[in-house]
Amino acid sequence: MMIEILIAVALVGALVTFVAPNRIAGKLAFAISLVPTALSLWLFAAFDGSGNALLDGELAFESQAAWLEIGGYSISWFVGLDGISLPLVVLTAILCTLAIVSSWTPIDERESQFYGLILFIEAMLIGVFSALDFFLWFVFWEAVLIPMYLLIGIWGGPRRKYAAIKFFVYTNVASLVMFGSFVSLVFGLGDSVTSFGLPEIASAMLAGGPEGFFGLSGTTLASLAFIGMFLGFAVKVPVVPFHTWLPDAHVEAPTPASILLAGVLLKMGTYALLRFNFTMFPDQVEAYAVPIAAIAVISVIYGAMLALAQTDLKRIVAYSSVSSMGYVILGLVAYTQFGVGGATFQMVSHGLISGLMFMSVGVIYNATHTRMVTDMSGMADRMPIAVGVLIAGAFGYMGLPLMSGFAAEYFIFFGSFGSELLAYSAAFTSLAMFGIVIVAGYLLFALQRTVFGPYNLETDYEVGRAPVHDVASMIVLLGLIITLGVAPDLIFTMITDAIDPIIQGGGL
Amino acid sequence: MAVFQLPEWAALAPALILAGTALVLFLFDSINPRSTNRPLLAGTAVAGSLASLAVAVWFTAAGVGATGIENYGVVDVMNGQFIVDRLALYFMIIISIVTALVAVASYDYLRDHTYQAEYYSLVVLAATGMSMIAASNSLVTIFIALELTSLPSYALVAILKDNRGSVEAGLKYFLIGALSSAIFVYGISLVYGATGSLQLEAIAANLGAAGEMGGLLGLGILMLVGGVAFKTASVPFHFWAPEAYEGAPAPISAFLSSASKAAGFVLAFRVFTTAFPLEATTAVIGVDWTVAFVILAIVTMTLGNFAAATQENVKRMLAYSSIGHAGYVLIGLAALSTEAGDLVMGAAMMHLLVYGFMNTGAFLFVALAEYWGVGPTFADYNGLSKQAPFASAAMAVFMFSLAGVPPFGGFWSKYLLYTETVNAAADNTVLLVLAAALVVNSALSLYYYSRLVKALWIEEPILDRDRLTQPTGLYAAIIAAAVMTVVILPAFDPIATAALEAAAAVVG
Repeated sequence: MMIEILIAVALVGALVTFVAPNRIAGKLAFAISLVPTALSLWLFAAFDGSGNALLDGELAFESQAAWLEIGGYSISWFVGLDGISLPLVVLTAILCTLAIVSSWTPIDERESQFYGLILFIEAMLIGVFSALDFFLWFVFWEAVLIPMYLLIGIWGGPRRKYAAIKFFVYTNVASLVMFGSFVSLVFGLGDSVTSFGLPEIASAMLAGGPEGFFGLSGTTLASLAFIGMFLGFAVKVPVVPFHTWLPDAHVEAPTPASILLAGVLLKMGTYALLRFNFTMFPDQVEAYAVPIAAIAVISVIYGAMLALAQTDLKRIVAYSSVSSMGYVILGLVAYTQFGVGGATFQMVSHGLISGLMFMSVGVIYNATHTRMVTDMSGMADRMPIAVGVLIAGAFGYMGLPLMSGFAAEYFIFFGSFGSELLAYSAAFTSLAMFGIVIVAGYLLFALQRTVFGPYNLETDYEVGRAPVHDVASMIVLLGLIITLGVAPDLIFTMITDAIDPIIQGGGL
Repeated sequence: MAVFQLPEWAALAPALILAGTALVLFLFDSINPRSTNRPLLAGTAVAGSLASLAVAVWFTAAGVGATGIENYGVVDVMNGQFIVDRLALYFMIIISIVTALVAVASYDYLRDHTYQAEYYSLVVLAATGMSMIAASNSLVTIFIALELTSLPSYALVAILKDNRGSVEAGLKYFLIGALSSAIFVYGISLVYGATGSLQLEAIAANLGAAGEMGGLLGLGILMLVGGVAFKTASVPFHFWAPEAYEGAPAPISAFLSSASKAAGFVLAFRVFTTAFPLEATTAVIGVDWTVAFVILAIVTMTLGNFAAATQENVKRMLAYSSIGHAGYVLIGLAALSTEAGDLVMGAAMMHLLVYGFMNTGAFLFVALAEYWGVGPTFADYNGLSKQAPFASAAMAVFMFSLAGVPPFGGFWSKYLLYTETVNAAADNTVLLVLAAALVVNSALSLYYYSRLVKALWIEEPILDRDRLTQPTGLYAAIIAAAVMTVVILPAFDPIATAALEAAAAVVG
């Protein structure tokens, strides 16, 4: 019941906020969003699951209710959490609350609609991470698009219309490709599945895979479905060459939407890859490991090089997300405990760090009305605390020890270097490690020009300190980043517990 | 057991109640020909259609029309000229829902109209004809019911007597309608000539006797397809739809595009399954008639969607989108050659019910815009969400639901239509093309549906508007349709059951 309450609070809260007057909408949405945050932390404390949700694990907070049966397949409301999904649910709840706080300053029109959409997106995101029935999961997965489209389209920057429709079309077409592949796969499994429940489909896949469909052999169908779904999720992640929607969406989106986009929406793609491709198709993972690893490394390097070439702070952070998501893919394809576990850890860690980075850029933009590196210098002089947190976040990005980024990247490299499944794993890992050098390069270069040196910004108004609520939410995020960096076992234990059944205890 | 046995004709109560309501409205009109007592007239029409809805729902719940139940079961009226089964009741429900919504909305739309009583009685009379079509089981009764639907519809399209567009649309609709009626009735005569029967079961029984007149029968069937294509606004008799919907008062466009289309489909579902069982008919005429529907479905959905994408006028866009949706529903007939044909037809019927809410709602929003005096093009709708957030939110729901994006009802029915078509494609690979066409067209349709959402929510208004009023009736109808479009998703089970039983009533 707890997951239902979590989703229902956010949904009802969205409706209430939508009809509330603009004046109080921000504070009201914040108050409402504290409930899911508190509940998700309670779920975290009371978590009693073990194993993987799809592979006969003990689910926590499971609940299932029949919904519909048609043509021999049943569809049900089926939710539950395991060690992979729980950290992401907590991340979603916390980031949504902080995104609401960070909207107080920049959002000054149609507030009730804005905060209503944020709460709606929160409900749908929690649904994505907890749903265990394909149909239900797909409903949540697609329902995230509409509020994000409107958030970018209504409150975005000058090119918001183009960015919003590009985001919608890219991700929607990708979803349809993935959807078609998965439905064909389910029909190909024949009588061995009688529902769209993901655990049932996963065990049928591992017990022998599809029998074939439309004259395709079972193996061909499985490979085609694997490729189709990989492409579908790859757009969401995004990996090179499907990344072009991301910088547009990020740059035009209002800061709070960017926080959610980088912090949680990108994780939907990697989460789905882990849940579907890397859990249900071990044979295909082995067969396609090298091309996937190549895509991952290209994303790491190319994303970082693109970031190096930008002069807009927000674009820099946006492209660096492409690079960070490349690490996640590399960890997944390594198929070792540390590789896949580290990838999952990186999802949480990158959610926190990129959230912090977008928040800092937003705070600077609110005060200066520019994001161009070339326009400003010496910001540390005017907003010392905010800039301090920004620098700390940047070091987190670069993988400074005792911050979560270090733990995540260390796990991934450790896991992928010795991977037995991935050929040339040492070469791929070494290449990907080079990405860190570029990350350090562009972040330090950008910081050096913007925050250090003599204060110089031509404005006809006084640039003051950052508002207390913004600084407070940045400090909360920084605290979480350091906590996870110092004690990764807080979540890494439950992650590996859920990962082990996938890789059957192999690897390092 | 029943204490008191109702006569058999009482099973037609949903249609008879509508007929009685129409007569009561005529009575009001003859007592006070210029009555502008809007609450009384609209109230009577709404009460009549709701009573019809209640009885149809009650019959369905009580088991009338279900096979295998003694005492109730399938009710034959007038020696099989009419039949009340699950199929008839299901479509009576759709028709009375749309009629009720349209009548509620018309209360405000007709505020300055001279011919109030005529309008409502014609609407209810047309609805009576549609309900009779659903229950007709002989080509004669079908033709009579069809004319009972068509004649009031012609008058309704042209009811804005002083409006040139409305009169012109009425004339065009009438001319094409008369032509298609002639073709239909000629088709009936050919079928009668070949089989010597008009009652549907009798036609099926006498198919073998057609012998060398197979070609004649085939031509007759083709002409019946033509009649169906007119009523459902499918290719090749679709071209009246954009003209008629654009010129007609918007509530009448809603009525025609939702209820009239559903009536055309129930006619097709019953005639082609009962009178022309696939194998027996193929043996006589030498052609599998589902091939005609495969072609019509693909052409109709593609043409409708491409034409809709190029429109500047919102009503015309909706008209072409309505043609596209007719193409989706035609899949229900195209898939009859396969084992899972009843499931596909059931899914098509579910789509018609959801369509009854979302499409009616969309046209009623256009009615609201016309009430406010907003112009006809997309650009005229720019920024309406600032003055009317609730109606605009409802319209966004309709648009996303029509495009088949979760979490709305339109996604449910399209999802089932798609999965069942893929399922059926195991027997007949041609259906895979249909399934692909469905997905591609759905993805494409998002372009023009989201364009309207963009106009409403994202664009800035091109001119300053005064405050917009909030007409109670129109708002009530739109919000009710939007709530139903959303609620249908979680509460789909009873609808799916009803639709599958309806399909099972005619597909063995």
